[in-house]
Amino acid sequence: MSPPLPRSLEIMSHPVPTPSPVAAVSFRGVERHFGAVKAVDGVDLDIAPGEFFAMLGPSGSGKTTCLRLIAGFEQPTDGHISIFGDAVAGVPAYRRPVNTVFQDYALFPHMNVVENVCYGLMIRGVAKAERLRLGREALALVKLSGLETRKPGQLSGGQRQRVALARALVVRPKVLLLDEPLGALDLKLREDMQGELKALQRALGLTFVFVTHDQGEALSMADRVAVFNEGRIVQVGDPVEIYERPRTRFVADFVGSSNVIEPAVTKAWTGQARPASLRPEKIGLLAEGEAAPDGALVVPGRVLQVLYHGAVNRVELVTDEGSRLLAAIPAASAATPLQGAAVRAVFGRQALHLMESA
Amino acid sequence: MSEALTMAPPRGGLLRRFSDVLVRRHGFYLALLLLPPLLWLGIVYLGALFALLAQSLFSIDEFSGTIVHEPSLKTYGELLVPANLDIIARTITVAAIVTALAAIIAFPIAYYAARYARGRVKALFYVAVMMPLWSSYLVKVYAWKLLLAKEGAIGWFMNGVGLSGLLDAWLAAPVIGGPSLSVSYTGMVLVFLYLWIPFMVLPVQAALERVPVSLIEASGDLGASPGQTFRKVIFPLAAPGLVAGSIFTFSLTLGDYIVPQIVGPSSLILGQVVYAQQGLAGNIPLAAAFSVVPILIMGLFLTVAKRAGAFDAL
Repeated sequence: MSPPLPRSLEIMSHPVPTPSPVAAVSFRGVERHFGAVKAVDGVDLDIAPGEFFAMLGPSGSGKTTCLRLIAGFEQPTDGHISIFGDAVAGVPAYRRPVNTVFQDYALFPHMNVVENVCYGLMIRGVAKAERLRLGREALALVKLSGLETRKPGQLSGGQRQRVALARALVVRPKVLLLDEPLGALDLKLREDMQGELKALQRALGLTFVFVTHDQGEALSMADRVAVFNEGRIVQVGDPVEIYERPRTRFVADFVGSSNVIEPAVTKAWTGQARPASLRPEKIGLLAEGEAAPDGALVVPGRVLQVLYHGAVNRVELVTDEGSRLLAAIPAASAATPLQGAAVRAVFGRQALHLMESA
Repeated sequence: MSEALTMAPPRGGLLRRFSDVLVRRHGFYLALLLLPPLLWLGIVYLGALFALLAQSLFSIDEFSGTIVHEPSLKTYGELLVPANLDIIARTITVAAIVTALAAIIAFPIAYYAARYARGRVKALFYVAVMMPLWSSYLVKVYAWKLLLAKEGAIGWFMNGVGLSGLLDAWLAAPVIGGPSLSVSYTGMVLVFLYLWIPFMVLPVQAALERVPVSLIEASGDLGASPGQTFRKVIFPLAAPGLVAGSIFTFSLTLGDYIVPQIVGPSSLILGQVVYAQQGLAGNIPLAAAFSVVPILIMGLFLTVAKRAGAFDAL
């Protein structure tokens, strides 16, 4: 028997959605132009109910505009958006069953914490006593009890973020949108919040759509990730897929660090003239006189420099044919070479992931 | 040791050494910064104010017409005679109407300028709002007298579009009407409104400008219609600007003695009384007591505004 949920979670929980063919959010051929700029340039997308979905991309890639299209702050120039099967063309933000946690939190400075949290309930005409009860519950859910009467100006960044989260959750949205919610927090807090957000999403069974430019955040939290570039989705997949099998050079480069092997080099190694991605941690270094495992590729080269990263040493190599390779060698390993040393890099053929030519 | 080499040797010059002191001694720097304005405020402004308060505690000897330099509340008692209370009530009413109308007219302009106007249009907005302040006050008031006169532009226009009946009906109304606009309270309020509107627009615009777009979006996101967003978020955040603007329009109207002399009915307004008492009548104590009235009213106004939560957003 699993331990019962805390009472507040039970109340906040939606009934677990029965598996439904209807997507929580669906985009079909969506475009959003700002003058001549195509911020969103033909996006097709299906987000499943209960999914933790990340939109990942550099700034200006269209991910935030997509989020604002779901929220209703922007209307598409072309294409169709539906939320749980309902077309939302022309439906203003205040009549959509979605809520947003804003990047700057957007707390109302003239209201205290509990007034902020209860704002949506007040607008819906919930009676004051009931409103306060739900507000306190939401604050307990984000572990912020006791700060009810503080003004937003008296809170730390992390606390403000929790208020924004409670304010969006208390009105029970069908989809929660989060616009770089951890961007303004410092590293330690950010890591804590990643775990908490993930746990909260699981407990509530809510659909979370999360915009971030931090690939680590997207990989660690999301069930699925859409990688955006120049207004289009380049690849959608679960984090492992995105990391292990990037479809294009852009994804390989943007998600984690990767060696992108030029087609000519790949051809020499495998016979196929396509660009390939090779993750640094997949590369090992052979010790003097050590034999390569069966089927592994061995590339001789020279060490340019070694950077100590705590858990790993990042070894920059230049191969004898002149291309550069980055290898991540566990710092505990005895194989860490010195700068200028001649070495043999080794990796399995399956570590070399062939990508699309474009 | 090589310590001395790592730091630039102190170079001479009195000015440089002085700046070193300023950088090191923050308190001294602040004192230097604030001393001149504080002296100015303290002696010239507050000094004059307290001198005024002191004057109001003196009284005038009715037979000799000389000032009795003994503190008493006799002069304040004179304030409370019906004729003087009448003046105070009339002045407050005019000032309140001017302030309310200024707020109603200024808000949409300020809202547009803060939320929608960009670049060139915004520059044009500032010029348009400030331009009335560039010309002489008297020129503007006399220009309005001509506009408002019986044979003036407004009468001529109303006649031209066949609405002279409406104007006559307005002028026939008690209190706000009169023989012509230029000698009516309507005319006086119009002129005050014209003169003080920039002082209302600018603070309101500044307050609205500080409301982040994300707050308005957040309100809509949480289900508030544009009307609700305006009432619950935009207006409360603009309130400090409205109060600041109201302080300007209200106190400027309370103290003015030139407009009511040129435009409006013959009944006196507070500013005119102060002017008359300290000048022709030589009754400085009563003039001083009258001057205390606007100070009390403004204090009351701010207290009420604070109670109403107008400063919650600050």
